[in-house]
Amino acid sequence: MKEVKTKTAVITGSEALIRSLISEGVDTLFGYPGGAIMPVFDSMYDYKDKMKHILVRHEQGAIHAAQGYARVSKKVGVALVTSGPGATNAITGITDAMMDSTPLVVISGQVNSTLLGTDAFQEADVIGVSQPVTKWAYQIRRPEDIAWAVSRAFYIASSGRPGPVILDIAKDAQMLSCEYQYDKTTSLRSYRPAPTPRLEQIEAAAELINQAKKPFALVGQGVILGNAEKELIAFLEKAQIPFGWTILGLSAVPSDHPLNRGMLGMHGNVGPNIKTNECDVLIAIGMRFDDRVTGDLNTYAKQAKVIHFDIDRAEIDKNVKTTVSVLGDVKRTLPLVTERLNENSHTDWVDEFKEYEKKEYDCIIKNELYSETGPIKMGEVVNKVSEATENKAICVTDVGQNQMMGTRYFKFTESRSVVTSGGLGTMGFALPAGIGAKYGAPERTVCIFVGDGGLQMTIQELGTIMEYDIPVKIILLNNNYLGMVRQWQELFYKERYSETFMQNPDFIKIADAYGIEARKVVNREDLDNAIAEMFEYEGAYLLEVEVETKGMVYPMVPAGGSVSNIILGNGYSL
Amino acid sequence: MQEKTFYTVTVFSENTVGVLNQITTIFTRRQLNIESLSVSPSAISGIHKFTITAFADTEDAMRKLVKQIDKRVDVLKAYYNTDEDLVYQEIALYKIETAKLVATSNVEELLRKHNARILDVSDHSTVLQKTGHYEETQALFDELSESIGVLQFIRSGRVAITKSRVERLSDLLARRELADLQDILIDETK
Repeated sequence: MKEVKTKTAVITGSEALIRSLISEGVDTLFGYPGGAIMPVFDSMYDYKDKMKHILVRHEQGAIHAAQGYARVSKKVGVALVTSGPGATNAITGITDAMMDSTPLVVISGQVNSTLLGTDAFQEADVIGVSQPVTKWAYQIRRPEDIAWAVSRAFYIASSGRPGPVILDIAKDAQMLSCEYQYDKTTSLRSYRPAPTPRLEQIEAAAELINQAKKPFALVGQGVILGNAEKELIAFLEKAQIPFGWTILGLSAVPSDHPLNRGMLGMHGNVGPNIKTNECDVLIAIGMRFDDRVTGDLNTYAKQAKVIHFDIDRAEIDKNVKTTVSVLGDVKRTLPLVTERLNENSHTDWVDEFKEYEKKEYDCIIKNELYSETGPIKMGEVVNKVSEATENKAICVTDVGQNQMMGTRYFKFTESRSVVTSGGLGTMGFALPAGIGAKYGAPERTVCIFVGDGGLQMTIQELGTIMEYDIPVKIILLNNNYLGMVRQWQELFYKERYSETFMQNPDFIKIADAYGIEARKVVNREDLDNAIAEMFEYEGAYLLEVEVETKGMVYPMVPAGGSVSNIILGNGYSL
Repeated sequence: MQEKTFYTVTVFSENTVGVLNQITTIFTRRQLNIESLSVSPSAISGIHKFTITAFADTEDAMRKLVKQIDKRVDVLKAYYNTDEDLVYQEIALYKIETAKLVATSNVEELLRKHNARILDVSDHSTVLQKTGHYEETQALFDELSESIGVLQFIRSGRVAITKSRVERLSDLLARRELADLQDILIDETK
């Protein structure tokens, strides 16, 4: 990393903060002002030409927007909130970023250092609250600590396995003056972000793969975070290894790659789930064996030798015992393994997936995407929207059925095309994350899939879209239910639909009040036309589609079940 | 129920505010109850050393715990050990009634047997000090409680050093530096 040195100057802490952010290349940030952060907002006023601040409508929205921004742009997302409720409102988003390894720097105001611990107005123990859900949390009480803390924060957030960092800055530290000089952090004694690859691990992994008859790779977000998409493709292609991807690994490789066998996990595809329990060598790459991927660990890939590539030592042997672990940045480790691989083909093995793909198409996909009668289906909408963008758009989803349909049926041609709350499963994520994604990749089309429940959790961000004229395409899949919970009630709670029906407002009128173009579609014959209209329209657009009220996401590995026992639903069986 | 093993976790960290909180929440989240805790500077300048004891069902639980602690940015390295790897000690203080102590015929024998010291004596009470393993400090407590009674009692957290020659961390830091220069990975589990 290059050392960037700036000259010493005497300025206020808040100006030091702004100049530090600019030194880190921050040109966009999301936030909400309040008493304890006012000096920073005041200083920002002088730097409007260098840094664009997006005023969200709730602090949770600021964090999700910063997440969406970071996920598509490879940059660190930055959010600025006030003390007390401002900071606690940010905690959900910060936890989400921690679970999904998203690099964020969150700056919260704090009461005057002299008032700390006195239960002052809008005081909250932000460090205490946030430590378990951040990669690093630090309280700044003196202006002279601002520059180095910001420098550390960016280094920590973006290096190794990325994650959120919070800087809690006392108001007097913002107001007092200090000597300012900015030096980039390039290392810390106590922190080893990326273990150096180890030859014996590399060789052992290559040997196992060379001997494998039925290798199967699991592609996770680590590949995207490590910018190792090309290295991954070279690795997979050399030995012709079929792969499945996790929800956050989606788009690491173009969807139509011949080795792509689909999504893993609870609502993933049938083939990759079944074949996980039939492969002889399972190669996990930058993924963490989440329970939504593995189902019951006692019946998960027991027949296979497991190779685990990861940058985070704590992930090795956490959930699944490995035969060989390959620690390090996949950008480095994958090519080292690839050069030791024999060229190979596993045609028969790859063909074994295809019978399941056909079965899944016949029993589920065909009906979900191409029904000609009955109410509009969620998958059908996702598929049509994806096709209308030639599979080039960014797919942002909320959580629940819309998320599973979005991730199952949207197709991708380039990396960093999925923004979804994978680990924490935060409803209300999509709308603000979509705003951030549009700022992170302004040249790309951003499609936000959201349900009627999730939209109402952060619906106030329509105000942000209105104010800044952010041209996102919002596709509301309205089934008038909290659909995923309703699905579980149907399957596991004897159809006792406890509190999952929702009386909804007129979403078109709401959009209208915000000055956002909107249209509601009830009939299938209007859908194509409405989608075309949405994309032809230059600005933000809300497309509400009334979808079947009791739609189901299939296939499904019931929670805690074996991936081998994936169910097809609708009376079909494997 | 499975028999639990007693582990000593040693954590080397930067001397920053809030590290203790970060470490203890990692125990809490895994339902591991901290039995004792002591914090002090280590032999390496600027680096603090936490000695934490806890029971765990499996070594795997300990291994995962230590990896999670290690992952914290302010932590340089965390280790876990069982008793046979360590030289360890605790200190205990006992306050007893002076009159009752004097009334016993075997004060000298008691002190010699337990290798205890008298730290303070007043008309009403006497403070004894004993260092040793848990069982040893407990044995004196039991004997005193049964005979003359104990007014106040306190036992410190465990302090422990490994049987290896130098601070393991200095060795690790030196190897890391070498590895960085040569760009090879070292075995950090040792």
